[in-house]
Amino acid sequence: MRKDKAFKIILLLSGFLIVALLSGIFLSLVFSSIPSIKEFGINFLFSKDWDPVNNKFGALPFLIGTLLTSVISLLISIPFSLSISIFLSEILKNKLISNIFQTFVELIAGIPSVIVGLWGLFILAPFMRTLQLKLGIQPIGVGIFTASIILSIMIIPYSASIGKEVISMVPTEVKEGAISLGATEFETLKSVTLPFSFNGIFAGFLLSFGRAFGETMAVTMVIGNSNKIPDSIFSPGQTMASLIANEFTEATTKLYTSSLIEIGLILFIVSMLINILGRLIIRRFKF
Amino acid sequence: MNEKTINRRIFNNKLYKIFVSSFSFLSIIPLFLIIYFVLIRGIKYINLKFIFSMPKPMGELGGGIFNAIVGSFIIVGVAALIAIPIGIMVGIFLSEYKEKKFTEIVKIFVDTLQGIPSIVIGIIAYLWIVKPLKQFSALSGSIALSFIMLPLVIKSTEEVLNLVPVDIKEAAYALGAPYHRIVLKILLPSGSVGILTGTLIGISRILGETAPLLFTAFGNQFLNLNLLKPMSTIPYLIYVYATSPYKDWHNQAFAASTILIIIVLSINLLGRFIEKKWKT
Repeated sequence: MRKDKAFKIILLLSGFLIVALLSGIFLSLVFSSIPSIKEFGINFLFSKDWDPVNNKFGALPFLIGTLLTSVISLLISIPFSLSISIFLSEILKNKLISNIFQTFVELIAGIPSVIVGLWGLFILAPFMRTLQLKLGIQPIGVGIFTASIILSIMIIPYSASIGKEVISMVPTEVKEGAISLGATEFETLKSVTLPFSFNGIFAGFLLSFGRAFGETMAVTMVIGNSNKIPDSIFSPGQTMASLIANEFTEATTKLYTSSLIEIGLILFIVSMLINILGRLIIRRFKF
Repeated sequence: MNEKTINRRIFNNKLYKIFVSSFSFLSIIPLFLIIYFVLIRGIKYINLKFIFSMPKPMGELGGGIFNAIVGSFIIVGVAALIAIPIGIMVGIFLSEYKEKKFTEIVKIFVDTLQGIPSIVIGIIAYLWIVKPLKQFSALSGSIALSFIMLPLVIKSTEEVLNLVPVDIKEAAYALGAPYHRIVLKILLPSGSVGILTGTLIGISRILGETAPLLFTAFGNQFLNLNLLKPMSTIPYLIYVYATSPYKDWHNQAFAASTILIIIVLSINLLGRFIEKKWKT
């Protein structure tokens, strides 16, 4: 009996460990950001000067870079991931083929991000350069848009698999009702299935947006690493994550490191909010 | 309803199917493009010498990636040793204490942990381990990676334990078995396949992680087996070589990527294969 009690306590403690771990992460980030927060306050978010030499730090270019890449990549990914969700749950009736296709989709998410970045740097970027030459844009190859394409490839599996799951949960009777009234498959999808699963699909997009927001290696390798505010979607830029990856080991002063950690704190808070919101929507959907 | 509208509706329905199928197929093309280009550029540089020899100093041609291969296995191995037991315990907790409010909170925290960008995990391992010890170390890299692997082990443990029939548990209770023995000797073994899946998927995930290692395990030109010293890993080496100005290093980055992608995708597929087996 004493062993039983000890075992139960260990189980409870393991639960507490997770809570402590996450709280510890949050507190550490806040604590280490204090020098930067004290020095720049709210201006940190609105200043575009990132000047390590003069110890002046503002995160605006990276906030813009992160928002641009993640929004563009989300927009690119939507038609593809929605198609996959519908394709897997409504069109492909053969279980085996559907399984194989889904495995391919999920394998994309399994490729290490540094390898996607390598591919982006040596194959996609030169391709973009020739494309930009033809379009008459300054041919740099790397930049915000190239990073967005890479990101969209990486996030499609996430929203696609969540979308597939929620679309499969639409009750068959509801769909059959529409079909028995003479609706085509397309009309059933448009007026019954999609409205029914809209919240879940939206949550899938939200979670994949969160992925794009914090993705580091692949973006770092193809975004061009320029600390200025990008003046077009083809110009080089920097995201919050790529900035930390590039400069953290070079940060020599306390304020410099602290500013980078504050950017990490922003990443943490945003991704936490997106995750909680997304999971809440999905969970409500399931009941 | 006249024939014209019906024809148009049928046409629209066809159009929708073509649209959805072609967009679906288009989206898996990058998978093959990436694998194809990495293999085609990398495979010709892979030989026993590349795998078993050490890197040459910067700018010199040739050399291998032995230190990075050894480093990856050590760092990922230690990370797995940390993440698996803790992950299993938390997974048991989540499936055994379903009714508690606290369990819901832990669940949300596990989801949140999974959503933290890996670069932020790197910062944390830097603040907690590298800074107090005043040097980059393999151990700090392992700890960072274990934070990333933890949610995957927790979730698959919880999921598989929820599938274990209650009858088995009740039968054990009826025989008078104490609680901890029921969990450890009956529930866990019947869920072992699911836990194995989570472990394999988790290992394949952290084998390719680079961002959390940038300022924890850092890198090392030499073979190092000491956990408290910097250590090289395959993904870190790929990043450094790919962003260097040397053509020879670019080729080596592709060769290392070929090795990494084959290992990672094989483990990943193995995990999925086992999962499909027990879920059906």
